[in-house]
Amino acid sequence: MSIRNFFTSRTEPALLLAAVVFAGGAWLMPAWLAFLLTLALAKALVVLGVVIQMRAGLVSFGQALFFCIGGYGVGLAAQYLGIGDAFALLALGTVAAILLALACGWLLTRYREIFYAMLTLALSMILYGVLVKSSALGSTDGFNVVPPSFLGWVPEGDARKRTMYLLTVLVAAVAAIGFHRFMISSLGRVTEAVRENEIRVDFLGISPQAVLFVNYVVAAGVSALGGGLTALASGHIDPDMAIWTTSGEFVFIAILGGTGHVAAPFIGAIVFSVIRTFAIQEAPHFWQMTLGVVLLALILFLPKGLWSLVARRSKKEAAA
Amino acid sequence: MSSFFAILIDGAIYASWLFLVAAGLTIIYGVMRVLNMAHGSFYAIGAYSAASLVGWYFSGEHGNPYWSFLLLIGCALVAGAIVGIIIEQGLLRFLHGRDEILMVIVTYALLLILEDVTKLVWGVDPYFAYQPYRLLGQTAVGGSLRFANYDLVLIAVSVLVGLAAWFVLNRTNKGRLLRAVIHDREIAVAMGVNVNAMFAATFAIGSVLGALAGALTAPAISVTPGIGVEVIVLAFAVVVVGGLGSIGGAAAGAILVGLSRSFAVHVAPEFELFVIYGVMFLVLAIRPQGLFGQTLARRI
Repeated sequence: MSIRNFFTSRTEPALLLAAVVFAGGAWLMPAWLAFLLTLALAKALVVLGVVIQMRAGLVSFGQALFFCIGGYGVGLAAQYLGIGDAFALLALGTVAAILLALACGWLLTRYREIFYAMLTLALSMILYGVLVKSSALGSTDGFNVVPPSFLGWVPEGDARKRTMYLLTVLVAAVAAIGFHRFMISSLGRVTEAVRENEIRVDFLGISPQAVLFVNYVVAAGVSALGGGLTALASGHIDPDMAIWTTSGEFVFIAILGGTGHVAAPFIGAIVFSVIRTFAIQEAPHFWQMTLGVVLLALILFLPKGLWSLVARRSKKEAAA
Repeated sequence: MSSFFAILIDGAIYASWLFLVAAGLTIIYGVMRVLNMAHGSFYAIGAYSAASLVGWYFSGEHGNPYWSFLLLIGCALVAGAIVGIIIEQGLLRFLHGRDEILMVIVTYALLLILEDVTKLVWGVDPYFAYQPYRLLGQTAVGGSLRFANYDLVLIAVSVLVGLAAWFVLNRTNKGRLLRAVIHDREIAVAMGVNVNAMFAATFAIGSVLGALAGALTAPAISVTPGIGVEVIVLAFAVVVVGGLGSIGGAAAGAILVGLSRSFAVHVAPEFELFVIYGVMFLVLAIRPQGLFGQTLARRI
């Protein structure tokens, strides 16, 4: 059995099982928890975009750009184009982000390290600056997203929350399996080689820049998907979606989860959202400090994130 | 014509402010290769300590109001040096030589921590210290334009800071050693330069400059939570435009960004924020190392 089959055979059933468990929980859990998990899973999709760039050695401090494009794409299409269907809206937001990524990617992929971080940050802040000053779109207040329909059905109240949750679980499951295959494909593996030694990749006859370009566009797409789901679920969008501290949060979750596996950002995002919900209730003035301390502790003591705990254990089991 | 002068003077005021904010950031990067996100917190700490001290000074009869300017500068020196030394000796010392991008994340963590520390120390209510700002009055330029003298003094202060930095780096022994470290750290170590001491001193100087920028800005604004976070990306834009690690570059970046912004504010105010990051993006796209940055050969 090849390495590839070995990993696919274990990961994909596990992801499917997790998706079924999450979906089944829709009828058991209270609506607020479904809402919380919806936002967490949507966030995880954005973080997935950060993670696949990190696997290529690039840290994006501006992934909020595509998060925001996805959200505003959904909101604007619902408002001005009269599109009501959630699937069509999500697709539109994602396509918009991919087009933007195609335009920016050729420039961005020439840069590495802090320059990549700063340029991505500048791009997202440009969008923020535009949105804050555009009064037609509500300036800093943003605007409310028209409640979507799901294949012609328009649920209300708690039913909408549960439907949104199911939709998010579905999208997340498809994305997780798709990205798992992407990560173990030859292209996905080359991104790691680019991180380790770009020049050798070049010598092997593969263009690192082309690899990073594809990686960047794919990351943009999945992040926009997360933004679109967030907009639909929360029913509101504002320019803060694009501000750099939002990007910082995504980087935080990426480091919290780790980059070792496609499930890592999901674990990271859920842990993050649950802790934040309680931390903001109990000690609102310590929240950022907690984040900072945890981030430092992760960098110093657990550089591969929470996923390394899972991976370590399964290695032990395999040895036993 | 008067709008031309308005753009020029507004631009100069804004540029001098930007330079004050960015100078410490670029010095720290130049010597330590740490793009310090926590610089925004140094700014905030300087602003808060200045605002609270000046507020206290004017709340009672403490003599000549002009002494408050010394108070502004003094508390920036003390607060900046204390915070800088604690952070360098307590944390960054153990991380020397790590990846630049990792250090961005480490200092981002510091920024998050210091944000809440300032909230714990000073609370979330705004502080005002407008007295020094009012004290100097206004000047009328060309009839209809009026500028606060405090802002004009700020231009002089930032020129002084720039000259002082240039003098220290180019005309003193310590400064020459520092430039040797900037130029090639390994060779400098081999020649017997105590790089760790250099790093500690540089970080303290950088954080004092950050705090000074905050303290001098405090009288012109209301000091509220979140000012540090706002400032840090602006400072990034400036140093990246000028070329990371170069004082002259920071000055050029500040002037370019300052003038573009004041042009936008007067001509097309809806593009105010857009212009700052637009300039940064354009410069990086054409000259990735910034206007005054040096290109480094890639190592295999």
